Amino acid sequence: MEYNSKESNKYIKKIANAQYKYGFSTDIDTDIIPKGLNEATIRLISSKKEEPEWLLDFRLRAFRHWETMQMPTWAHLNIPTIDYQSISYYADPTRKKDTPKSIDEIDPELLQTFDKLGIPLHERMALSGMAVDAVMDSVSVKTTFKETLMEKGIIFCSFSEAVREHPDLIRKYVGSVVGYRDNFFAALNSAVFSDGSFVYVPKGVCCPMELSTYFRINARNTGQFERTLIVADDDSYVSYLEGCTAPQRDENQLHAAIVEIIVHDRAEVKYSTVQNWYPGDAEGRGGVYNFVTKRGHCRGEASKLSWTQVETGSAITWKYPSCILSGNDSSAEFYSVAVTNNRQQADTGTKMIHIGRNTRSTIVSKGISAGQSQNSYRGLVRVTEKADGARNYSQCDSLLLGDRCGAHTFPYMDVHNDTAIVEHEATTSKISEEQLFYCNQRGIKTEDAVGLIVNGYAREVLNKLPMEFAVEAQKLLSVSLEGSVG
Amino acid sequence: MKTILEIKDLHASVNGKEILKGINLTMNEGEVHAVMGPNGSGKSTLSSVLVGNPAFEVTKGSVLFYGKDLLALSPEERSHEGLFLSFQYPVEIPGVSMVNFMRTAVNEQRKYRGLSALTAAEFLKLMREKRAVVELDNKLANRSVNEGFSGGEKKRNEIFQMAMLEPRLSILDETDSGLDIDALRIVADGVNKLKTPQTSCIVITHYQRLLDYIKPDVVHVLYKGRIVKTAGAELALELEQRGYDWIKEEVGG
Repeated sequence: MEYNSKESNKYIKKIANAQYKYGFSTDIDTDIIPKGLNEATIRLISSKKEEPEWLLDFRLRAFRHWETMQMPTWAHLNIPTIDYQSISYYADPTRKKDTPKSIDEIDPELLQTFDKLGIPLHERMALSGMAVDAVMDSVSVKTTFKETLMEKGIIFCSFSEAVREHPDLIRKYVGSVVGYRDNFFAALNSAVFSDGSFVYVPKGVCCPMELSTYFRINARNTGQFERTLIVADDDSYVSYLEGCTAPQRDENQLHAAIVEIIVHDRAEVKYSTVQNWYPGDAEGRGGVYNFVTKRGHCRGEASKLSWTQVETGSAITWKYPSCILSGNDSSAEFYSVAVTNNRQQADTGTKMIHIGRNTRSTIVSKGISAGQSQNSYRGLVRVTEKADGARNYSQCDSLLLGDRCGAHTFPYMDVHNDTAIVEHEATTSKISEEQLFYCNQRGIKTEDAVGLIVNGYAREVLNKLPMEFAVEAQKLLSVSLEGSVG
Repeated sequence: MKTILEIKDLHASVNGKEILKGINLTMNEGEVHAVMGPNGSGKSTLSSVLVGNPAFEVTKGSVLFYGKDLLALSPEERSHEGLFLSFQYPVEIPGVSMVNFMRTAVNEQRKYRGLSALTAAEFLKLMREKRAVVELDNKLANRSVNEGFSGGEKKRNEIFQMAMLEPRLSILDETDSGLDIDALRIVADGVNKLKTPQTSCIVITHYQRLLDYIKPDVVHVLYKGRIVKTAGAELALELEQRGYDWIKEEVGG
């Protein structure tokens, strides 16, 4: 119908004009090591971080393994050749040996940057009930409420600090869920990783505030390779949030992270992500390549892990937050909204590996494609021989805006136990011109109508986010799709 | 008498095919006009063109609504100006709750009129009041727009939205189709309760039975894209008894 093409053209134009709110960069003296990747680079990173010998060994083993590997090509993505020698693997905007002890020691430029991003680092101004680890490029700038949390025995600090202060815990758990041999990007990360966050919640402790890490890429021609490790000991609970943004630049930037989560007996971890890396412009210039390995291990009996992600940014996303359910009666959830617009590409989903008895997993994936983007769900549900009574429910919905974008679903099921029940449902829908006109007739503009429909469609996932984040995410969805038109 | 709607020589087509071939119609404030006619005569096209459905192209003619050039306004502006269509086939919008939908609609209208948005409490109170007009169940009001509603519930929901938006001119496009006698009575009662001396109504229908409840002041017969006969309420009764053939013969169709 004429209406459809006319409206969607107008709509697509509006989308293309959408502004990325976090595209500014900070002009700050940054200690950037020379471009290139070889053993000397690894040794340099390790020495800058004053790491123990065993960690350097770990890095070097990973690097040697990475050198034997090829970049994976199975994803439904068109990834330009990446020259790993043209990237700098370490950028430190704090240029100080240690993490500053007090807020006064932090460069005001850095504080301003995080203020501008809505992440105040002064505890008195901080978001109530939320502790933040702020990471810029390769270094953690500041972790708030560290002392308050320590009173309950909760460790929340940068990964580098954890290596110094809690080496036994790091040594015990790092690489135990995502080994460096796991995949190409995991090997790369294991070789060159810089800061991320470390969380340890001791036995029986319910973490009284939300913990969060805010990742910011600032420096040019660098990559960010953070590593996050969360350990929830028996009968503990923690809710963790992750947010990310980057400046608007013409060249692509690489972000290859690893997140490992270990959940012990009857413990529960909720991990939420609002990923808003710079997505590139309307023609597909620039943007972050987001190649991330996230995996949790429900080791303990009746342990619980919940992944919630709202993915709106990045030029290319390759990401499958997964869970190994080895504890009996353990359960995992994956709730995802992935929005692609313009020329963005996303191949994202999850893996649920059922090993223990009576393990349960739920997958709810909502893809939204607009512009000329490509959006794929890829998920694996594996039930091993011993996983009696395993249960999975998967629901994968795709929503298309316009007729030049693509939505794809690749569900894999691998079931080796007859008592398992595995269900999969999938739908694809399009916002129809009749729906939009119905809204128009009631006085609702087309952009607002799309906002209503998209937020309604994603509500099941948004409801899983902590309150403050849900509001942010809702706004983000509207901005990503509607354009910031008044 | 104040003229509120003045349609002059209106021509409109869809996909290049002319459906309306010169409609002339004038309405005064407070009047109820019935538009009747055989299938395919252009009744629904007329209502679509008035509310600005872009699937239809106006090729000639003019429409004045309260003195304003209606055809120059966007569909949402026409709504804000007080024009409402009760759709023949209300669409389902999964995931969007009636509450959210109506709240957006009401507040957009208030913004257009320079009024501040209603608070959540004020809005819910308004919903409760208006729901009663068409005996709409609270459960329906909490569901997604029209999703899983029966035919009768959808039509009641249209009149509920009409109650919420308080239009100056409502067009009921075959609101009686698919309704059993009880639902028809509830819907018609709702429309009558909302009627004031300042509000006007165009009732598009095939049958007399809706007009037993909603009494028209004027009845038009639309045939082949033109209004071929205009008379008082008695015309509808005559059509009910004699069908349309005599009209077709009169106009030589």
